[in-house]
Amino acid sequence: MSIVNAADHAANPAHLDTSTGLDNRKMAFWTFIGSECLLFGSLIATYLAYKGRSLVGPLPHAGRTLTGQQAEGILDIPLTSLSTFVLLMSSLGMVLALAAVQRADRKGAITWLFATAGLGLVFLGFQAYEFNHFYHAGLTLQTNLFGSTFFLLTGFHGAHVLVGVIYLGTLGMLAVKNQLGPERSMSVEIAGLYWHFVDVIWIVIFALVYLIK
Amino acid sequence: MSSEQREIAHDRHSHPGPKQYVMIGVILTLMTVVEILAYYAEEDWGILNAGMAAAVIAILSAAKFITVVMYYMHLKFDSKIFTGIFIFPAALAILVIGAMYIVQQVLPRAGSALGS
Repeated sequence: MSIVNAADHAANPAHLDTSTGLDNRKMAFWTFIGSECLLFGSLIATYLAYKGRSLVGPLPHAGRTLTGQQAEGILDIPLTSLSTFVLLMSSLGMVLALAAVQRADRKGAITWLFATAGLGLVFLGFQAYEFNHFYHAGLTLQTNLFGSTFFLLTGFHGAHVLVGVIYLGTLGMLAVKNQLGPERSMSVEIAGLYWHFVDVIWIVIFALVYLIK
Repeated sequence: MSSEQREIAHDRHSHPGPKQYVMIGVILTLMTVVEILAYYAEEDWGILNAGMAAAVIAILSAAKFITVVMYYMHLKFDSKIFTGIFIFPAALAILVIGAMYIVQQVLPRAGSALGS
């Protein structure tokens, strides 16, 4: 690189001192998100492959099993719509937390980080209620193909939400201790990438599992 | 200027502000409401048939996915390298989902329809 190019490079705020000019942590995290796409892609593919192949009920929506028995639908759309709204709003909270950290607004950062983690916990509460309701309605991992693939897919997603809640709670504690200034906004942006990814996966699950029959 | 300072400067210049984030949140909520209405339009009200409802829900779901990735995850404003790193495995995942669905659901039905 010539001296002039090096000076231009250094003056451009969009470039970092790495071979690509990009933050290595962010690059690594996008790679991780790419691998997560394949994990959830395989889980969703498995759910769709076995959709409508259950021999016994309960089924996601009212209909007949493969053996011709009439079975009731078990999914609660109003409840899941509410939990979907909660997760969507948590994504908004996440970007507002990042904006607060970037403008050195400590109070805003604490508020939005804990609000986002709190909304994540509310979502998990909805999921725990749903799983418990399904269990008492006779749907378990072993009941039928719907139960196996549904609990595996939504359970993996719920586990990711739990990790995200712990991640955001940790960042919130750092903000409380005044250790999360604008110089560490990349840490919040990376946490945001994880949280938004969990949200986009739910967008797909909500449509394919709950709404489309 | 250190690497972190440059990154902060970059983010401040290129990312949307709180007002835009709230607007995007409102748009995402509205799209979700329409998705749910499409479900009930088929299930309870009989306005849409199953195929049309599925198409509306799938299109809105894809639009929500793209909106979150572009604006909340900042792919629209960040380096195209990040876009490439994300798009390739995401496209592969969609391909796997599509292939599995066709092999396990579409082809057996087509086969039994031809057989009868």
